[in-house]
Amino acid sequence: MRSSSDVGNIHDALAAPRVPVLSVRDLRVEFDTRRGRVRAVDGVSFTLNAGETLGLVGESGCGKTVTALSLLRSVPAPGKIDGGTIEFEGRDLLSISERDMTRLRGKRIALIPQDPLTALNPVMTVGDHIVEVLEIHLGMRGETARSRAADLLSRVGIPDPRKRLDAYPHQLSGGMRQRVMIALAIACEPAILIADEPTTALDATVQAQILELLDEIKRETRMALLLITHNLGIVAGHCNRVAVMYCGRIAETASAVDLFRHPHHRYTAGLLACVPRLDRQGKGIFFTIPGTPPELTDLPPGCAFASRCDAVTDHCFSERPELATTDGSIMTGTTSHLMACWNPASLASSDAGSDHQTSARMAVAYGRAHEKSDA
Amino acid sequence: MSGTFTRYLAGRVFGLLVVILALSAVVFFLMHQVPGGPFTFEKQPLPAEQMANINRKYGLDQPVYVQYFKWLWAVLHFDFGIPFQSPTETVGSLVQRAWPVTIIVGVITITISYTLGILFGITAAVWQNSWIDRTVTFVATLGLTLPSFIIGFLLVYILSVKLRWLPTGGWGKPQQLIMPVIAYGLGPMAIVARYTRASMLEVLRSEYVRLARARGLPWHRVLFRYTLRNALVPLITVLGPGIPDVLTGSIFIEGMFSIPGLGRFFTSSAQFRDYPMIMAMMLLVALLWGATYVISDVLYGLADPRMRVGGEVR
Repeated sequence: MRSSSDVGNIHDALAAPRVPVLSVRDLRVEFDTRRGRVRAVDGVSFTLNAGETLGLVGESGCGKTVTALSLLRSVPAPGKIDGGTIEFEGRDLLSISERDMTRLRGKRIALIPQDPLTALNPVMTVGDHIVEVLEIHLGMRGETARSRAADLLSRVGIPDPRKRLDAYPHQLSGGMRQRVMIALAIACEPAILIADEPTTALDATVQAQILELLDEIKRETRMALLLITHNLGIVAGHCNRVAVMYCGRIAETASAVDLFRHPHHRYTAGLLACVPRLDRQGKGIFFTIPGTPPELTDLPPGCAFASRCDAVTDHCFSERPELATTDGSIMTGTTSHLMACWNPASLASSDAGSDHQTSARMAVAYGRAHEKSDA
Repeated sequence: MSGTFTRYLAGRVFGLLVVILALSAVVFFLMHQVPGGPFTFEKQPLPAEQMANINRKYGLDQPVYVQYFKWLWAVLHFDFGIPFQSPTETVGSLVQRAWPVTIIVGVITITISYTLGILFGITAAVWQNSWIDRTVTFVATLGLTLPSFIIGFLLVYILSVKLRWLPTGGWGKPQQLIMPVIAYGLGPMAIVARYTRASMLEVLRSEYVRLARARGLPWHRVLFRYTLRNALVPLITVLGPGIPDVLTGSIFIEGMFSIPGLGRFFTSSAQFRDYPMIMAMMLLVALLWGATYVISDVLYGLADPRMRVGGEVR
């Protein structure tokens, strides 16, 4: 019974030396809407280590973007962070002044957006954008800033960087604009890079290039990368660790390898089974998790996934499971395999060797193929 | 780039001249189709012989197309004829006398109303749903719905009749400008304020503004470089067409405040079948509007790199 979490620890140790740069504890974000109070993030805890990629996975509306924006304290109104701590470089980001926070934004913690097409000011040149960040955060001026901007463009793989500095955003393709966004994000060599579905708006070949670029930059600079995605192939190919979110809470977190080999939470297992399978014929190719997530304004008292779960027990409806190791001890803030499920998938004997394991292997294989094609 | 631009501008100006030429022909023929004439008086009609004489004197006995080409030839030599309603001067000197008055009122009105409109719009958008926003929205709605002559009456009643602060009208003293400018400018100010507010709100919600904040740029920088710059671009299409409108004067405003401007000639020229004056006013309005559109388009290109002629800039 203990073996799976031990394996997870070993994989973690192999993946990256653990130097936590950021630790989030019991983060809570609520939105006061007309239809009631929505708890978009409800007690989320995780750490981010230097030089590693943490994948934040989940379906739309599960709170992954809000969690990420909380790190910058940029949750859009009417959202409000109303609990928890975010420890970064010895300070709690939730208690520092707005002035200090503005100094951190873009300098120590940077964001790469989902849609590069709407991310740049249409009336400013690419160079203006980068030079501006260098001026404000690093105090660079004139030609120094300009040549640094050109260096950054060439670092993110934009050909003819000197000339591109004078280009307006509309003169660049989507992939090029995302490269510009990455150049902007790494301009001040931040400790943390948050990539919010950075490839969703791009076509498949460009997706692979952008992810490879992020991997490279992470290896060189030892930045910590928080990669938000709903693509399990990306998780398998590019993440060291994964946190699966459901209805504002972390359902399961483990090293990427461990999560794909031994998904515990029924939701994780379901997600893995949703990866399209070419070895299954007919109707079996596309598996879906039945139902939809419950309304965040009206969450059930038990497990939020209970109504969609195929292994639901009475316990699931009455009491909410907390994030814990597989043997039941509650250990927050570590990087071992944790899950919040009363009836975990890989621990129930009937599920041995089930479909999700095959899917997981497929996803891992897909991830590897991904990496190869980029190189 | 400048070569492409010069060619573009030349094309636009040429197009404008063609439009004005066509317009002048249409207006000229239509004008002569309307029953009655400058010397048709209902109460004491002229005897037939005198009518024939006077028509011959002004060339009105000739076929319309001959009259048109004669008019066109004269206009090309800057001779716009003699206004029937004021035969002691030329159309040119009449316009030179009356138009500057209208221009003075118009330029002051536009400057003040546009500046205030933009400022109010920005303030309302930045503090959305605050009392400032509510006040601006309320005043803007008033300005849009109340006709200028109603506002004029209210001003005269309050400021002149009740409070006796300002003269009811006239021309020559600076304080005589106050009420006409308010009455005239409230409408344009309201329109500009509402458009600025809407445009600002849209840009404030945009992704690049949100991301600029997430990059740690100070608020004032985001406001000026990211929000204002983008929000004001679509305003060009609102600000532009308001200008010729105001610069050609308003019969209501000029009539109410006894301003000797050009506005009243739009009505009187039609009434008196004052053919030379009608044509001159038509040319004036057409040129002003045409020029405004060309200038607006050029400004649009300057303000928004995506609109620049020739696509790929530099």
